[in-house]
Amino acid sequence: MSADGFRIRRFAPRRSTWARLTDRDSVVRRLDWTMLLAALALSAISTLLVYSATRGRKELTHGDPYYFLLRNILNTGIGVALAAGAVWAGHRALRGAVPVLYVVSVLVTASVLTPLGATINGARSWIQLGGGFSIQPSEFTKITITLGMAMLLAQAVDAGDRPHPDHRTVLQALGVAALPILVILLMPDLGSVMVLVVIVLAVLLASGASNRWTAGLIGAGVLGCVLVWQLGILDEYQINRFAAFANPAFDPAGVGYNTKQARIAIGSGGLTGSGLFHGSQTTGQFVPEQQTDFIFTVAGEELGFVGAGTIILLIGVVLWRACRIARETTDLYGTIVAAGIIAWFAFQSFENIGMTLGIMPVTGLPLPFVSYGGSSMFAAWIAVGLLQSIKVQRPLAAP
Amino acid sequence: MTNIPETGRTSRVTIRLVVLQILVVSLLLTLGGRLWYLQIRNGDEYTAEAADNHIQQVVVPATRGSILDARGIPLADNQTRLVVSANRTDLMKMKDKGKRVLTRLAGVLGLKPEDVAAKVRLCDAKTPKPCWAGSPYQPIPITDGATTQQALQIRERAEDFPGITAEPMAVRRYAGPGGSNAAQVLGYLSPVTDDEITKAKDSRTPLMRSDQIGRNGLERQYDTELRGKAGVTRYEVDNLGRVIGKAKSDKAQPGSNIVTSIDARVQAIAERELDQAMKDARKEVDRNTGTTYKADAGAVVVMESKTGRVVAMASNPTYDPNVWVGGISARDYQALTGKDSDYPLLNRAIQGQAAPGSIFKVISATAAVNAGYSFTDKYNCSSSYSIGHQVFKNFESKGYGPIDLGRALEVSCDTVFYDLAYRQWQKDGGNNPKHPKDWFYRTAHQFGLGKPTGIDLPNEVRGRVPDRDWKKRYWEANKDTWCKQGENADKGDYAAQIAKENCESFARMRAGDSVNYSIGQGDTLVTPIQMATIYAAIANGGTLHDPTIGKAIISADGKRIERIEPKAHGTLPFDRKTRDQLDAALAGVATQGSAAWRFGGWPQKEIPMHAKTGTAEVAGKQTTSWFASYTKDFTIVMTISQGGTGSGASGPAVRNIYNALYGLDDKGHIDPKKALLPEPQAELPKIDKDGTIEAQHIDNPTPPARREEGQDE
Repeated sequence: MSADGFRIRRFAPRRSTWARLTDRDSVVRRLDWTMLLAALALSAISTLLVYSATRGRKELTHGDPYYFLLRNILNTGIGVALAAGAVWAGHRALRGAVPVLYVVSVLVTASVLTPLGATINGARSWIQLGGGFSIQPSEFTKITITLGMAMLLAQAVDAGDRPHPDHRTVLQALGVAALPILVILLMPDLGSVMVLVVIVLAVLLASGASNRWTAGLIGAGVLGCVLVWQLGILDEYQINRFAAFANPAFDPAGVGYNTKQARIAIGSGGLTGSGLFHGSQTTGQFVPEQQTDFIFTVAGEELGFVGAGTIILLIGVVLWRACRIARETTDLYGTIVAAGIIAWFAFQSFENIGMTLGIMPVTGLPLPFVSYGGSSMFAAWIAVGLLQSIKVQRPLAAP
Repeated sequence: MTNIPETGRTSRVTIRLVVLQILVVSLLLTLGGRLWYLQIRNGDEYTAEAADNHIQQVVVPATRGSILDARGIPLADNQTRLVVSANRTDLMKMKDKGKRVLTRLAGVLGLKPEDVAAKVRLCDAKTPKPCWAGSPYQPIPITDGATTQQALQIRERAEDFPGITAEPMAVRRYAGPGGSNAAQVLGYLSPVTDDEITKAKDSRTPLMRSDQIGRNGLERQYDTELRGKAGVTRYEVDNLGRVIGKAKSDKAQPGSNIVTSIDARVQAIAERELDQAMKDARKEVDRNTGTTYKADAGAVVVMESKTGRVVAMASNPTYDPNVWVGGISARDYQALTGKDSDYPLLNRAIQGQAAPGSIFKVISATAAVNAGYSFTDKYNCSSSYSIGHQVFKNFESKGYGPIDLGRALEVSCDTVFYDLAYRQWQKDGGNNPKHPKDWFYRTAHQFGLGKPTGIDLPNEVRGRVPDRDWKKRYWEANKDTWCKQGENADKGDYAAQIAKENCESFARMRAGDSVNYSIGQGDTLVTPIQMATIYAAIANGGTLHDPTIGKAIISADGKRIERIEPKAHGTLPFDRKTRDQLDAALAGVATQGSAAWRFGGWPQKEIPMHAKTGTAEVAGKQTTSWFASYTKDFTIVMTISQGGTGSGASGPAVRNIYNALYGLDDKGHIDPKKALLPEPQAELPKIDKDGTIEAQHIDNPTPPARREEGQDE
């Protein structure tokens, strides 16, 4: 334990758990409740939307309309527990475990490419566990890359040796990021790669690394896109998704169908929506993948501008609090981790909602806290836990 | 306080965090803006698309209302028949575009393969009829008269007949009760076209793809009322088209029934008499041409004098309206509309126009009175009348010496009217008119000529009053042709001389124009319905009614009855005295004038008869026969084109119709039991509680079933 708050209290008289939890300096009191409540609200909305999207889908629910509802509540519960664990452990304590976590994460991610993996929607990015459970390791990679890079980049700076990370460190950090990104590119899970690249950029930015690195990385990203396109690494379905994005009239019954139906669902919602469980697009199952990647269309149709706007607003609240934490924390490690998470949430939300609104191409990315799916729910809540930990462990203001 | 060095923050990092924050905010704002754009700005558009997406409509056609005669006897109703239809969409999917299937079908139905193929092709500018004018997505009827055996053959061998269905359906039937036909009055139906659907989209009564709509006659005039409203059952479906629920559905509203003032019995007699009169005329030799009369067209209108309701309206040549049912064949269509057909689709009673001849003289007489000439003064009835070197003959009459206007009407003396018209023309300034009063023309307009009567039938023509305005306009339109043709006048070419004259002076009202006009010759055009309206108005004291055929619109359940009340569009410009004088003169025509020989033995005391005959000259053709007549209750106007004289060709037919109405025999004895309609049918037929309209007895209510093409009995 390195936090001094705990050490001081070692000499204090023993107090009840309740008193300790509610004490002015207690962890509980120092948590960022605004962010927590916003994230909890998102998860609650998520449960309703997932239920609305799946209650009529017998082929998915095996006849139990509450199947997804209950699972989503369970996922949220596990997510909140994981977040609590992260706070309890503390992000700095986790710092020591980062190398281990990183290696495990890379290995598990890589195992997806082995016969252990399962292909869903064209990407081999899942590992099927027993009992209908499956995990998507790339979700956790978002955390481990952030932590791994932060550890390397902040080491010398937090030790007070240098004002900014030097080139060698940056290169090492990029190497740490590159390995899992390459693995995920092979799946190929283009959406996750995009998010990871954005995380890497944000991490570099927040680390104070030379501007040349940022510029170089953006250049490399562009070059990478061109290469990916030219070398035909993309599957046809991915190229089609981009084509459908560029031209919405492109094959409406095929690839463009998703985006068109999504836009009809959202557009028909109007100001207040058709009412929960009353959306014709949702009830008629016109939007594919509606409980996961296209969950936002349920909100758009059934809750209208008011409800869908509320979701964006709640995500905004989470990001706003996260930005505050990033600004107010004093150690670079915390700053970098927070920045990585902000970039992750912001970009992934933008991409997910943007694709349902037809301003971004379709990729298989979940909406943090809202889409159904254990891995993404857990990862998002762990990230919240890390942010809380950064806030809680920030040195107290001098009395 | 802490052992962690506070070296994490540099200004560079702080600035970059701000940049990151700005990026985050702008991403969220972009999402919010786009969301507003989709949901609020364009929300309606997407709502409509969503509805299209998940709602499937099943159209249940409404039963079309019947058209009934005044006593409830159906003139047009529905009948269940076995209809064989082809689904074009299915046929087009086949390699040979369904040719094999259609040929096989033709074999079963006993039709020619090319006839069947013609029925399923789509209409366009280049395709001659028959062709399918309806929606290509709708089943196209091949025949509506399949036998049970044929239907079973098609149904049991469904694999041999993909895209072909054989189902019982309600189809229109023009029953022809009592041997009546009334084809032009009833009109016909044909499938709705895409254009019509588009046009009616936002109207109060949108059209469905499956609709048939009225194309002519009453079917067209009362189409909206008759058609009712097709029911639509809306199902909510999911992405695979599976029904997941029922959305708001509209029940089919059966069309209303229309009770008309037509009496099927009188209609049948009018048709028969008209036909007979024309046949008889064709045996008569025209002294002018030395050949028999052509009698190529004719019409008769029987109207209630006091209301303008039409009791019978016949037009000849005619056709069987049932040929339209279930899609018309190529041969039938050619026979109805081809260049060498006699255009039986035309309703000559409202669309046939000709110069009125002497039946126009009631207008001239009224005009003379209004211009200040006394009805009872004596006017010289000479055998001919000269203006300058032009001589005008007293066509149908002879010299009677000085007679009053009433007698002039009775004997139809042309010269009396020539003189009046000429004097009036001179008064108006002759060839240099100054503020002309134009009494004769003004009066014609007041009698309702030159404009439609407003009868409840589509496409009524307006006729023509050749007044100064018209002459000017007509000259403007034709002077170039006339003047060019007139250049050859010196070579003694008669037509060229006329052309030259017209080129020089047609725009003016010439003395000869006015003189000819006064006896209903020349450029005047009238329709039988216009003349019937005028004579009915003389009979009823002067009210010009809009003639009506529809009498009441009765909802299918019989609960809503909307009566169509007679409307007037004017009154005749005479006072009571003049009317009575005209009335007396017209009675004189029937008793001692030009029509007297046709009304021998008529019980004039019991049923005062009034009549006027007319024989109109038509350039290059034989004369048009006109006969206008009325009693206090009924007005009958009949005309036969190229049929000879008024009393000669039309007289006996008109008398026979009156005989039937009043129950008279040839000698003029009244037998009330035989009278079909001694006075107009005022009451509507009885309506039962369930909405059924009770039909009164008629002999031979429906003719034997039409023999279908391919029927194997």
